Amino acid sequence: MTRLPQFHAAKWDEPLVMELGRPGARGQLFTLPDPESGVDTALPEALLRSDRPALPELTEFEVQRHYLHLSQMTLGMMGVSLFGTCTMKYNSKTSEFATLRPELAELHPYQHPETLQGVLEIMHDLDAILRALSGMDQFIFQAGGGADAAYTMAAVARAYWQDRGMLHQRTEMVTSIQAHPCNPATAASAGFTVINLPLEENGYPSLEALKAAVSERTALIMINNPDDMGIYNPEIREWVRVAKEAGALCFYDHANFNGVMGKLSARELGFDACMFMLHKTFGAPKAGGGPAVGAYGCSAELAPYLPAPIIAKSGETYVLDEDRPKSCGKIREFWGNVPQVVKAYAWARGMGAEGINLASDISVVANNYMDKKLGEISGLARSNPEISLRRMEMTRWSLQPLYEETGVDTFAVANRMADYGIDPYWMSHEPWLVPQPFTPEAGELWSKEDIDLWIAVLAKVVEEARETPELVKTAPHNQPIAQVKGEVFDDPSRWAMTWRAYQRKRAAAKA
Amino acid sequence: MAASVRAHPWMGSSAPGVIEDMLREIGAASVAEVFEQIPQDHFRKSLLNLPPQLGSEIELKRDLLSKLKKNKSCEDNLNFLGAGVWQHHVPAIVDEIIGRTEFATNVWGSYQSDHGRNQAWFEFASQLGALLNLDVVQLPVYSWGCAIGHAARMAARLTGRRKILVPQFMDPERLSVLHSYCQPLELAGAIEIICLANSTHTGQIDLADLIAKLGPDVAAVYFENPAYLGNFEANAAEIARLARAAGAETIVGVDPLSLGIVKAPGDYGADIVTGPVQPLGVHMNCGGGVGGFIATRDEERYVREYNGFLVSIAETLTPGQFGFGLASSHQNSYGSREHGKDWTGNSTYLWAIAGAVYMSLLGPEGFAELGRLILARARLAEKLLAEIEGVEILWPASGFKEFVVRFDGTGQTVAEINARLRAKGIFGGKDLSGEGLGFGQSALFCVTEIHTTTDLLRLADTLKEVLK
Repeated sequence: MTRLPQFHAAKWDEPLVMELGRPGARGQLFTLPDPESGVDTALPEALLRSDRPALPELTEFEVQRHYLHLSQMTLGMMGVSLFGTCTMKYNSKTSEFATLRPELAELHPYQHPETLQGVLEIMHDLDAILRALSGMDQFIFQAGGGADAAYTMAAVARAYWQDRGMLHQRTEMVTSIQAHPCNPATAASAGFTVINLPLEENGYPSLEALKAAVSERTALIMINNPDDMGIYNPEIREWVRVAKEAGALCFYDHANFNGVMGKLSARELGFDACMFMLHKTFGAPKAGGGPAVGAYGCSAELAPYLPAPIIAKSGETYVLDEDRPKSCGKIREFWGNVPQVVKAYAWARGMGAEGINLASDISVVANNYMDKKLGEISGLARSNPEISLRRMEMTRWSLQPLYEETGVDTFAVANRMADYGIDPYWMSHEPWLVPQPFTPEAGELWSKEDIDLWIAVLAKVVEEARETPELVKTAPHNQPIAQVKGEVFDDPSRWAMTWRAYQRKRAAAKA
Repeated sequence: MAASVRAHPWMGSSAPGVIEDMLREIGAASVAEVFEQIPQDHFRKSLLNLPPQLGSEIELKRDLLSKLKKNKSCEDNLNFLGAGVWQHHVPAIVDEIIGRTEFATNVWGSYQSDHGRNQAWFEFASQLGALLNLDVVQLPVYSWGCAIGHAARMAARLTGRRKILVPQFMDPERLSVLHSYCQPLELAGAIEIICLANSTHTGQIDLADLIAKLGPDVAAVYFENPAYLGNFEANAAEIARLARAAGAETIVGVDPLSLGIVKAPGDYGADIVTGPVQPLGVHMNCGGGVGGFIATRDEERYVREYNGFLVSIAETLTPGQFGFGLASSHQNSYGSREHGKDWTGNSTYLWAIAGAVYMSLLGPEGFAELGRLILARARLAEKLLAEIEGVEILWPASGFKEFVVRFDGTGQTVAEINARLRAKGIFGGKDLSGEGLGFGQSALFCVTEIHTTTDLLRLADTLKEVLK
């Protein structure tokens, strides 16, 4: 029997930093300019700031203490987080330590490449590792996240079709309604018309639907596989064949790579390009929303269209290849979130081929173990219940039966689980194809005991939903703050994205 | 798993026997059985050929350090490179806070369980809003260039117009990103980018050219203050006035570190303000420290066009208590997929926490002091370099921390000069000679608060020596 933790988050009732301090207090001093230097530092009147920005005035220690209080009021994976679609990983302190060193932190991207040989070598080596995992011919790290890597694909596709004089014709992108929202969103922003294929009962769009959607107008298709339900499309090879027959480019969104890493090669399946999220799959922390990296890899045929620079090796020297006349242009300044690339390299080296294979084994075995245990809790339903095959590294579940029985929804259950020190789960991307969804992903980081604990807490909350539903609906109770009332978030008269806005609106409400 | 395989320190279930326990529980005979969804002919045929595992921390640390030590850093050399990434002082407390595992971790919790992080985000937006004199600040996007791209697209949606005017002297790196966001003209919804002439005497935008190009089809005028080549745009208010009269939005890019002494963009008519986050307490990280902010007035028409995460303060079920959550979130791509406002995803939010810590350390006096120090150091550098024979400052005393140095009078190329400086431990300015600006052999130098008078004298002395 798993013992449930007695948890209560730190609660500091911490004021906003703008409410702290006293006039004249300082947390940082700068050298005073030398009056003997004989330079005139006057600015034209039109440029001069006349007001004093309303910033807090605090000592250095007060700033430190305030932000430590805030870190203590952040659960931040200090519990057990099975946050699906994001693949919670251990973020090695070895690589954190290495990337904080001045040999990386204090580098400028415009330094002469001969002064950047170490970082270029690491990026070149990670490129080789990702090539081996995917079968692609060239990777770049410029994209600032997975969505930006999807955007890179759209930009590369534009350049590819423009180079062939067919951009006015190839204007459509095909994906599935289950794909991550960044696929349709980035393609639309890049100027393509989006076609979303619906799912069939087997959990993926039919081949017939794909055949009907692709044509001489299709510029590219973007697919993730397995999807967020943990369903693998066994027709994916045929999909790629059909799309390519229509002339389209095929992009593999490897957001859910963890369960198949070491097992599949995107290139062997026929794809032209793919992306890996170094912050998910490769152990670089994404820090509550970045800096992240979408490593984008493609075939030699697409490589001329990649954004510059490309890191290459000339003899024994690493160089930046900027001379790329067919490049799609930059999608983001410089070459990417370099520390995150170094951390991903460290993860891949720390794992090796055997570790990577073992991690995908564990993540799929652990998810199926979790599926079995979750199936024993009444009030939960597995997505696509007619599919009996074992799921991949995650499964989407539904709390709809519990909701119908008790009125307790998935938000309330997530909030209540946090009262036991369990990080809230991921529910689902939009649109919600499964009602009252939750999507746990066990991964390889967590022990079987951690997974058992997570399941025991969920079972306890389900029990509470039946016995004391109000307790769950008004959760959380052991967190630094009570449940946030969300009605202001869509009310222009009350939302306040800065302290200035809040003070102004509060004064107006009082008047 | 073979008994001889050791557990891996990063994998909880790699301890001997755990996989077998779980397989037994689910009634599977082997690991292969749990992969039953994948057709056999989908499994990779080629051997996964990766470099050998560095399984111990000792080996891994040695590998990382042996490579990283091949770099030559701006700590061990004297650096004058800027142009999109700048060497500023990062207070030690910033590194401590953003290194906290609760922040530097993968997870995304709820408004309650991640309360501290959300408050830090709100404090970033609030403090930056105070510097900008604007009421809405979004969590940072990928970079300044990306922020300009999103702002241009916001302006196009707001006005229904499809042209943006930008300075001719624009950073080619940021301009290339903007081009990407504005699309090739073959595609529907493309935005045409038109360059405004800059005065070669002052670097500023030519107002006559602006007036000539401001038509009913212009969605926005974009300019930077200070500009790419370092100079201030002294006519900022007039540019904004002209743009507004033509029904166009004014998008301004600012250096947040200048705002302790320089007028806030919200006070001279900027509608949408963008800028870099990296100067606010983030290391250069070889360009991996970039992030970009977007800010506006708190008007619904603007708020409804943001692409990403807007953190609002809100009440909780406990009277008098406050928490934070995402406002107007349905309009981003998570909520609306291809119908959303551009797209968003994981971005650079850890830098928002760095920025919050940084701004609260400085306060109003710190920003004013920092601004004055940077200005004094940059002016001194200009003065010392101008004394060198054949060296000329393009527009002396016209900007903040960056300035253009012309070397035509020396008979040497910037590449040659920089190579000689490099041999003496100095990274010279960014070579502008290939950028088609018409300033011959010239370089963009960046001087900040980290440079001492001694550093600047060393630069001048070394330049004299290498130019002999």
